[in-house]
Amino acid sequence: MSGAAISPGWIVAAVIAAGAAFVDLRLAMLLALWLGAWFVNARLSRLKGPLPRWLVPAIFGLTLLALWELAVRLFGISPVILPAPSAIAARIAGSLPILWADFVQTALKGALTGYVLGCGAAVAVAVLIDRSAFLQRGLLPVGNFVAALPIVGIAPIMVMWFGFDWQSKAAVVIVMVFFPVLVNMVAGLKATEPMQRDLMATYHASYWQTLWKLRFPAALPFLFNGLKIATTLALIGAIVAEFFGSPIVGMGFRINASIGQLSLDMIWAEIAVAALAGSAFYGLVGFIERRVTFWHPSQRR
Amino acid sequence: MRSILPILTVLLAIVAVWYAAAVWMNSTWTYDQAARAGVEVTFGEVVADTLAQERPVLPAPHQVAKGLWDGLFGQKVTSKRSLVYHGWITLSATLLGFAIGTVMGIALAVGIVHNRAMDMSVMPWAIASQTIPILAIAPMIIVVMNALGLQGLVPKSIISAYLSFFPVVVGMVKGLRSPDAMQLDLLRTYNASAADVLLKLRLPASLPYLFASLKVGVAASLVGAIVGELPTGAVAGLGARLLSGSYYGQTVLIWAALFAAAIVAAGLVMLIGLIERISLRRMGLAR
Repeated sequence: MSGAAISPGWIVAAVIAAGAAFVDLRLAMLLALWLGAWFVNARLSRLKGPLPRWLVPAIFGLTLLALWELAVRLFGISPVILPAPSAIAARIAGSLPILWADFVQTALKGALTGYVLGCGAAVAVAVLIDRSAFLQRGLLPVGNFVAALPIVGIAPIMVMWFGFDWQSKAAVVIVMVFFPVLVNMVAGLKATEPMQRDLMATYHASYWQTLWKLRFPAALPFLFNGLKIATTLALIGAIVAEFFGSPIVGMGFRINASIGQLSLDMIWAEIAVAALAGSAFYGLVGFIERRVTFWHPSQRR
Repeated sequence: MRSILPILTVLLAIVAVWYAAAVWMNSTWTYDQAARAGVEVTFGEVVADTLAQERPVLPAPHQVAKGLWDGLFGQKVTSKRSLVYHGWITLSATLLGFAIGTVMGIALAVGIVHNRAMDMSVMPWAIASQTIPILAIAPMIIVVMNALGLQGLVPKSIISAYLSFFPVVVGMVKGLRSPDAMQLDLLRTYNASAADVLLKLRLPASLPYLFASLKVGVAASLVGAIVGELPTGAVAGLGARLLSGSYYGQTVLIWAALFAAAIVAAGLVMLIGLIERISLRRMGLAR
């Protein structure tokens, strides 16, 4: 679908949309909306500059939302199957206190506590085994292996051990984030070059001085790679662990309870909050990364 | 192969810590029972008891191994108590979903590489979706599909497909763009069509990236299938085994199901690793 003028692809698409009008007028409306938005995007994407970079994905996202809303209204889809975006937005606006309480319980108490403890422990272990090549050769394959396992499965065990409240969720999160961060940190601590280490040796720097002044900063890009992977894992762990038992507050609890009541707008509201929280969390870690590892080639502009 | 000894040491250490933790965590119950019966117990008796309880807080490794063995080989594979039966239910949903997700992911990646509008519209959302806990929608998909009359394999596969879809898209877009300008220019001097560039340069060049994302994707697919089994209420599958174990406090059951899931995950990742090594070697891409 390139070329300066309107290409044959567009004509075919328009004919299909017109043909759909004979089958079902509502379908034709959806198709027309989709084609119209796509046409605008195809035009916009050929422009240079920073504006299309933002505008094109925004139009795409808004089009999807509009299609969703239109489809639900035109076809009269039951809210038990798919609530309209407007209904979800109304639900979010109407139950802010509940959503906030769930967010605090799951994201701040469960996920964030577990994230800080798990990542801290992983960094500490990485530094501890740093001097032993033997332990590294043993722990790294095991860590890589464990990182691929469905660790959320330990949730029922943690709920049994630590009770229904956020402590058990934090425990699941600790185990989930530990191995990705450990593997990345160990790789990061190896990232210095012999020349740089030799320089430190000529300065008569001690092991800890070399670690703190050279090898730890050099490991930061790797560490942040692990920390960013861990943000998503932390939220997933905290939410899924609540499916196995929780107090009557929390995002996972609310999703589970709303399923029983078939109030899907509430579930979508929680998912919207989870998406926002996940992106914000990731964005925050990314922001810290840019401030802390400004010297790294990947961060230079 | 010189890593065998360190790995074994680490594994041995884990087992040792596990035994110690089992004794420590289960001893409360032993002491309670002894106090209730009004008898004194020696340390040796405590250790013996903690490693052989019916419903321990933390089952000892040999108890888990026995539970796993019983589940895998102790009964007919069609039995509802067989882990092979439950594992197969989870595995089939995982594989179907993984196949769907991979095919659709590759298709979308090809579209993104060839169409600038698609690239700019979809790619930011595909990347952003990596930061979203998508797994949270799994229960809803199951229930909605149920309301639409779809049960069993399909809803779980949809979750699996969804979870493996985005890693494959992101990895494949990177892979399909990995040929450098020199190689693309060479094909242009050959007057190669877009299809030729795709089939003879971009797809082969993308394989290392594809396999890396497949490993991530298959692990995510399995997690999706397991979580997808939770809201239907412990009917069949490894997730259902986890849930029923947690309902009835049967810890050995939970641990056995967990290890079965780990074996499935490890098997899948290793299988992909094997295919990766064979195909990359045949293509001369092996490092």
